[in-house]
Amino acid sequence: MLEIKDLRVKLEEEDKQILKGVNLTVEAGKVHAIMGPNGSGKSTLSYVLSGKEGYEVTGGSATLDGDDLLDLEPEERAALGLFLAFQYPVEIPGVGNMTFLRTAVNAQRKARGEEEMSSTEFLKVIRAQAKELKIDADMLKRHVNVGFSGGEKKRNEILQMAMLEPRMCILDETDSGLDVDAMKLVADGVNALRSEGRGFLVITHYQRLLDHIKPDVVHIMADGRIVKTGGPELALEVESNGYADILAEVAA
Amino acid sequence: MNAILKSKQEAAASRLDAAVLPEAAGWSKAAREDALARVRSMGLPSRRDEYWKYTRPDTLTQADAPEAALFTTDETPVFNDFDRLKIVFVDGVFSAEHSDELSLEGIEIARLADAADISWASELYGALETKGQKPVERPLAALNTALASDGVLIRCTKTPSKPVSLIYRHENSTSDAVLHHVVKVEAGASLTLLENGPAAARLNKCLEALVADGAEFHHVRAQGRDHERRAVTHMFVELGRESVFKSFTLTVNGRLTRNECIIEFTGDDAIAHVAGAALGDGDFVHDDTVFITHDAVNCESRQVFKKVLRNGATGVFQGKILVKPGAQKTDGYQKSQSLLLDGDSQFLAKPELEIYADDVACSHGSTSGAIDEDALFYLRARGVPHNMATDLMTLAFLAEAVEEIEDDGLKAELTGRLEGWLLRRSHG
Repeated sequence: MLEIKDLRVKLEEEDKQILKGVNLTVEAGKVHAIMGPNGSGKSTLSYVLSGKEGYEVTGGSATLDGDDLLDLEPEERAALGLFLAFQYPVEIPGVGNMTFLRTAVNAQRKARGEEEMSSTEFLKVIRAQAKELKIDADMLKRHVNVGFSGGEKKRNEILQMAMLEPRMCILDETDSGLDVDAMKLVADGVNALRSEGRGFLVITHYQRLLDHIKPDVVHIMADGRIVKTGGPELALEVESNGYADILAEVAA
Repeated sequence: MNAILKSKQEAAASRLDAAVLPEAAGWSKAAREDALARVRSMGLPSRRDEYWKYTRPDTLTQADAPEAALFTTDETPVFNDFDRLKIVFVDGVFSAEHSDELSLEGIEIARLADAADISWASELYGALETKGQKPVERPLAALNTALASDGVLIRCTKTPSKPVSLIYRHENSTSDAVLHHVVKVEAGASLTLLENGPAAARLNKCLEALVADGAEFHHVRAQGRDHERRAVTHMFVELGRESVFKSFTLTVNGRLTRNECIIEFTGDDAIAHVAGAALGDGDFVHDDTVFITHDAVNCESRQVFKKVLRNGATGVFQGKILVKPGAQKTDGYQKSQSLLLDGDSQFLAKPELEIYADDVACSHGSTSGAIDEDALFYLRARGVPHNMATDLMTLAFLAEAVEEIEDDGLKAELTGRLEGWLLRRSHG
């Protein structure tokens, strides 16, 4: 589904190489996790895949079911079914959460040549989804992420994911800033979306999120590369020993 | 005499010599002659005036109106679906044919041009305008009092069942309209006044309003879509005890617009909110000049002005709050913001506070900035195309000003218009 080959990326503004040849394939129906120390390039990978400005691809490729992602505008990538759950969801004062979501859903549908969702249908679906994520009517009415707590922001990300029904979901440190209960709620939301046709790439510092969202494959990223790939046990190893051992082993 | 004043007076003299003075009805004659003398003495505004530093007045002061091509559109006019008393002016001339019968329970309406001696109006006509000439001169308003050829006189004694709606059509590409309205809202009554349309190639409009104790005056205006029209408008509003004045103006297009609003609190515990949203693209200058005088205790004034500018458009805000000695417990708030969608556009702001009382809360904030790139990316990452995302954020930026409209129906009407106009521009 998502295929990243030898992806090399530097910052546009300065001569700093962040990704130094990333190779990664996420298959449909699978959950891949990327772990790694600060500054290893995990968030950059998620931004580059979703099309944020400020990065320059110096080599390699990234495709979603064969479509070259890197040539597309962010909205085109989204319409193809790519979704990034932000580490820091952005506040947009003045734009109602509901308006935002309906605009997004219908813009994607239009881009794909599908029929737009009617207001009634949209309301029905969003109410059901919001209920699952314990998002109340007030949160739907408020401006996008404005005045939301950390947990509310992350639940709002998962609500967007549920409404947009992407094929490929990237979760960038979705556990950051969450207490145990909030994390469980978010993880339940994600697990409910797991399906045969959908791939997940879960970026996290800590193993604890992976207790709730069980990965099929775990990658360790360091200094702009995937340095080790394994099963769920790799996450446990990081949890008990830290990254130092793994990095030393790779370097050796 | 200094040379600048002399040249301004010469400009006034030549303008007045070229002008056709209207046949003044007896009751307004004295006020008009007084205004004429004041214009001759003040002279017309020039670029050298501090008050006209950011907006060039020459096309407003020159003898003939610069030509303005007519703008055709298939849009239904603003407020079209609202039940209202329609009063139509075509190129600044009242049109009985297009207007409703001037009758509505709770209000008395007369046409300025053919009103017989109306005592309440003769006390107001030119009076608030004269008062509003201090401490800052507003020669174009005095010129208006002198030359106004049409307008309406509205006295509201009881809250009417629907708004009064002034509709300004523009059908002649060189029309030069001078309109003067007088409004008096009597104690305890509430009047809603709507205004829409481009009016003329050039419009000079003056509105004097006296809002009596406990009365409310709501004003919602949509200044027309004509790209080439020019307008200078003045609102002089005097507020009695516990009265409320709320004014909102939406401006889209127009080569030059200068909206002055001069408010004076004369009774305690009154409220005045004046707000505006302007969307400018290209050859567009929009100037909001507001002067609020607090001369009573415990009054609240609020100014919220938002401008979205692109392709070289210019936005101007000059806002002043003057708190006189003794006007304790004044709550004055002023906000002027612009969203610059490119590097060619500019926003010039001069917020001023002048306070002579010691127990007041006054603040102002003026900002100018580009669109929030992080928010833009967030929207795009959710599949919202670039144009649409920009529009959504533009609307969000303007929302705070539109929120100042009290009536939900009118608020929705203007929000809908904004959405429609943005959509047309972005998507053909």
